[in-house]
Amino acid sequence: MADVNQEPHEQAARHDPAYDQLHSEPDFHELRRAYRAFVFPATVAFLSWYLLYVLMSMWAPGFMSKQIVDNINVALVFGLLQFVTTFLLAWLYSRYSTARLDPLARTLDEQYLRLTRGTNEGGR
Amino acid sequence: MDGDQALTTTLFLLVVLLTVAITFWASRQTKGAADFYAGGRGFSGVQNGLAIGGDYMSAASFLGISGAIALSGYDGFLYSIGFLVAWLVALLLVAEMLRNSGRYTMADQLAFRMRQRPVRTAAATSTVVVSIFYLLAQMVGAGALVALLLGVDGEAAKNLTIFVVGALMIFYVTVGGMKGTTWVQIVKAVLLMGGSALIVVLVLAEFGFNLSDLLGTAASNSGKGQAFLEPGLKYGVSTTSKIDFVSLGIALVLGTAGLPHILIRFYTVPTSRDARKSVLWAIGLIGTFYLFTLVLGFGAAAMLTSDKYAEVAASGGNLASPLLAEAVGGGEGTTGGAVLLALISAVAFATILAVVAGLTLASSVSVAHDLYNSVGKRGTATEAQELRVTRIAACVIGLIAILLAIPAQRLNIAFLVALAFAIAASANLPSIVYNMFWKRFNTRGAVWSIYGGLISSVGLVIFSPIMSGKGIDPNTGKNLSLLPTSIDISWFPLENPGIVSIPLGFFLGWLGTVTSREPTAEERYTELEVRALTGAGAEQAVQH
Repeated sequence: MADVNQEPHEQAARHDPAYDQLHSEPDFHELRRAYRAFVFPATVAFLSWYLLYVLMSMWAPGFMSKQIVDNINVALVFGLLQFVTTFLLAWLYSRYSTARLDPLARTLDEQYLRLTRGTNEGGR
Repeated sequence: MDGDQALTTTLFLLVVLLTVAITFWASRQTKGAADFYAGGRGFSGVQNGLAIGGDYMSAASFLGISGAIALSGYDGFLYSIGFLVAWLVALLLVAEMLRNSGRYTMADQLAFRMRQRPVRTAAATSTVVVSIFYLLAQMVGAGALVALLLGVDGEAAKNLTIFVVGALMIFYVTVGGMKGTTWVQIVKAVLLMGGSALIVVLVLAEFGFNLSDLLGTAASNSGKGQAFLEPGLKYGVSTTSKIDFVSLGIALVLGTAGLPHILIRFYTVPTSRDARKSVLWAIGLIGTFYLFTLVLGFGAAAMLTSDKYAEVAASGGNLASPLLAEAVGGGEGTTGGAVLLALISAVAFATILAVVAGLTLASSVSVAHDLYNSVGKRGTATEAQELRVTRIAACVIGLIAILLAIPAQRLNIAFLVALAFAIAASANLPSIVYNMFWKRFNTRGAVWSIYGGLISSVGLVIFSPIMSGKGIDPNTGKNLSLLPTSIDISWFPLENPGIVSIPLGFFLGWLGTVTSREPTAEERYTELEVRALTGAGAEQAVQH
């Protein structure tokens, strides 16, 4: 591809060499690993759980229409469970990221400020 | 009924006056582009969470979903579940990293490491298309509401309403910017939660707070028995309709994190941690609200008289909530009924105004920031020039939405919104996700995935039964498709394009990427990744 010889605005600008330095920090590798270790399995899990609900709504009518108590059937409970799992996963992620991700991100952010002090607009 | 109409008119005017006052106040707090586009990034997580709720819980949710449940029973509930679960995609994969890597628009995070002009053009195009589809839904809802309140089925009254809503949304955006829009959304979220909670409590009280009783009455009144409480009433009739349902479900769950007016809300908070907090608040709020819609929908089926229920059916379901409010207040002709009807209609009107403001803002900012400044002027436009173009774009987009909303009035608004979700999931989500997680991703991949998803999702709708080929309803004699019955161009059997267009968007993103090399995009990914995960060097809040 003809990516060379383009006007400056055509190409994304180099932002700051400090990013490369942060990228090689063990803290950053740990942050990325910890973030992905949570969100990838969680995304697969909640999407599968949701898809299971959608598919069963259409192709398992016998099971979904079983009445549990009076007019409360499996379909309703299954639907409400989607609410419960959404609330639960959101809460778990919040707890996990506050405890595991935020401290690492803060350390790296502070390091970035030290590295760029004087060269950029300075601190904040 | 003159007294009732006077009350309704007064409440509507109060809503309008309140929002106009907020907008003028906000315009005095707005000084530069970061204020106008991102509210100075100074909103707290809680405030932004409320505003996200206000931006997201649209007329489609309040009027459309409760209407879909009232008419199709359980099948309407799927909308609620899809719309809620979708927030996990935004929470886990998008909100924080977008906050850290962008400034004002969806395109910013692509432009961070790619060739500016092609990716910004593509992203701005899909932003505008998604916003317009979503705007149509809101304006159709506004038309239906006002026609109900005036008690006439006059086309002129509906068209006038659409025009007034259009004029108001142009005003909010051009004058109040993001600050005004945000506060309008916060006020609306509070009104909507309060108003629907009131109706929910009144409905449940009628049934002694026994949900099973409510469901049983709804089932028998609907004339469909237990099938009303089970999935499949609407979508279970054939294999095609079942696949249509799955297609809808996929679009709902993947669309939210690609909606431009939601994405730009993440820029209004100071840090990515506040962005996370605002999504958590939004999930709590939105989840609670969708539980309310379950009661509202089944409540309408259970409590409305057959005349009123027929009126709901004739409106495509859109009038279920307002008429339910009238019924729980004592019914037509009673003071209680009139007051609640007026109140809920005013809340629905506020809902519509807040959402259209968010949509108009998202699309006009993208036109000015991405298309005009970065693509047209190569980044040389001054802030004042860019802001002027934003205001012009808001006017043009508003006018387009008004003109398109008039013929769209026969469609259920939840369905119109579902289309916007399908487009967002097909055109926007693939490039957002690839950009954050795939180093090799590049300009050609982004451009192919955005245009491919956009063209395929809109194109499939054009050739779907929505546009043509459904024929005439034997009962009502009405044309079921949008085009005249003499034209039949339908060859795509599904009404929801997502099941084809979303995988296609992801596939084209992959294909475009592996067939081209862009070393700069890969190099810049290092920077993007560090900034997205740590927030180092991210845009700061404005200090006044």
